[in-house]
Amino acid sequence: MNKLINWVDERLPIVDAWNKHLAKYYAPKNFNVWYFFGSLAMLVLVNQLVTGIWLTMSYNPSSEGAFASVEYIMRDVEWGWLLRYLHSTGASAFFVVVYLHMFRGLMYGSYQKPRELIWIFGMLIYLVLMAEAFMGYLLPWGQMSYWGAQVIVNLFGAIPVIGDDLSLWIRGDYLISGITLNRFFALHVVALPIVLLGLVVLHILALHEVGSNNPDGIDIKKNKDENGIPKDGIPFHPYYTVHDLLGVAVFFFVFFLVLFFFPEMGGLFLEKPNFEPANPLKTPNHIAPVWYFTPFYAMLRAVTVDLFGLDAKFWGVVVMGAAIAILFVLPWLDRSPVRSIRYKGWLSKIALAIFAVSFVILGYLGIVPATEGRTMVAQILTTFYFLYFILMPFYTRMEKTKPVPERVTG
Amino acid sequence: MKKLILGLFMTVLPALALAAAPGVPLDTMEADHTNKASLQRGAATFMNYCAGCHSMEYARYKRVSDDLEIPAELFEENLIFTGAKIGELMEIGMDKDQAASWFGNAPPDLTLVSRVRGEDWLYSYFRAFYKDDSRPLGVNNAVFDNVGMPHVMVAQQGLCAVPPKIGTNPSVDPLSGNVRGTDICDDWAIEGSMEPGEFNQAMYDLTNFLSYMGDPVKVERERLGILVLIFVAVFFIFAYLLNREYWKDVH
Repeated sequence: MNKLINWVDERLPIVDAWNKHLAKYYAPKNFNVWYFFGSLAMLVLVNQLVTGIWLTMSYNPSSEGAFASVEYIMRDVEWGWLLRYLHSTGASAFFVVVYLHMFRGLMYGSYQKPRELIWIFGMLIYLVLMAEAFMGYLLPWGQMSYWGAQVIVNLFGAIPVIGDDLSLWIRGDYLISGITLNRFFALHVVALPIVLLGLVVLHILALHEVGSNNPDGIDIKKNKDENGIPKDGIPFHPYYTVHDLLGVAVFFFVFFLVLFFFPEMGGLFLEKPNFEPANPLKTPNHIAPVWYFTPFYAMLRAVTVDLFGLDAKFWGVVVMGAAIAILFVLPWLDRSPVRSIRYKGWLSKIALAIFAVSFVILGYLGIVPATEGRTMVAQILTTFYFLYFILMPFYTRMEKTKPVPERVTG
Repeated sequence: MKKLILGLFMTVLPALALAAAPGVPLDTMEADHTNKASLQRGAATFMNYCAGCHSMEYARYKRVSDDLEIPAELFEENLIFTGAKIGELMEIGMDKDQAASWFGNAPPDLTLVSRVRGEDWLYSYFRAFYKDDSRPLGVNNAVFDNVGMPHVMVAQQGLCAVPPKIGTNPSVDPLSGNVRGTDICDDWAIEGSMEPGEFNQAMYDLTNFLSYMGDPVKVERERLGILVLIFVAVFFIFAYLLNREYWKDVH
């Protein structure tokens, strides 16, 4: 075995890579429960890729055959129901862990210098993930697949001058049709996964270049022992590999509980109208995107005024786009001398709490039909969402921060 | 931080409670896919009264015969009326365009209807037909207003002269599956061959069968689910011990 490793290592630096990324990658020893979600996201990604490959073997990407082929997978393919539920539950689980992973970053200032690129790669992953999920959702060709895609693609039509042609170009047809299904399938199973994997590699390479942040936001590399090893660092392998196993076990327990007992999650993970095949002539009473898009959908619907001669729908799209775009510049909005929420002032703490609560309630508002009262709440919460970012340069400078300790506090 | 998490939970919980959809009041029923006798009776009702117009084109006869423990020969002889082989999909001969001109809409495929409408809706709908001479077929439905479907089981249920009382009394005991609160109609225009309780039971069985058809793997899935969760729990114990062993030397 050693001989084989040596043989390969002389030709490919595998020992070097193993050390750099696992055995001699020194991670802070004070990771808490929030630090499980990165590795869990990797786990879910692998699940999506593997089950996706097997689903592709029996799925038929045509408007005539798509819906029936999904039921064929559910009923006639050996273990097909399990593959399909792994994939559909996995899609929602992906967003659950990614949202928690991002929230961790917000709490502990993981986006701050020198980790700006990690944050940007992460945001790109999030963006591609949303595209991936959106296109994947069309594939079962149910009513909600169809009308959800119709609504979202039509949003591009709100852009002045080029809008109509742009949405026509995306659909490849005047309505969502088999043409659209085929191109979404190609993007979902080939193009976007490649981009996603590439971005994940960049995300991790950038992370391992500068090192992991921690709940104290302390740079552990400032405190090294005589061998040049950070005093507060421990090798990722074996300490965090065995540690992450615990997270995997807990995650699997929840994941499988949902998968085996509540695969539809009360209509949140698999929406009821999606058990009816797509029908271009019959619009469902209430069209709602899947839960992980609903905060942004609520923001879109919250914009109700025409401005500068442009339709409210256009400004809704602008607000929705801005809500995601503003996350990219976050590293340059935070002017605080400290990273972690533990040592920031109470203004930052309140701002983060309001931001998180607003996001969750917006998610709820995006699921339910809009009423006048709800739209008003959505408008207020959308404002809160943006204020968190826009005011950040001010409140992070104004507030009094607590002194950061020399060593991590555990 | 704990306060923050708690705060998040407090905001989400009422939202979840509100998410329950309003609409027409419905009678409730608890499907039981382990009750093979009920599923067999439901299958018989479906094949005899529904399958003339409604396909189940995503499912195969064979699967029903296997899952419900109805011997294949018996099934072929008594429950397949289209001349299809038992391994085939449960399709029908009625032409969709013609059907649309007869009823206004082509009768929908029912493989997944329980997952679109829900069991409560189906159980209520089946029992909610009433006499309405303003409608082309002389009947209307208290759950589905201006329904295009005729009251197929009028000979069994009879026909209520007024909209039946649906959603007012609990009708199936969720524990035993027994039907109670049977009388939903005060004034019968046509008497049926079944007692109200008998008909409720028949519609419970039919709904139970449709529920099974929508999710045929449910029983097996939940059985496996228990085993998987036990495995994960045991795995957690070993992962915990392994982790503790390694982390002993981290201070």
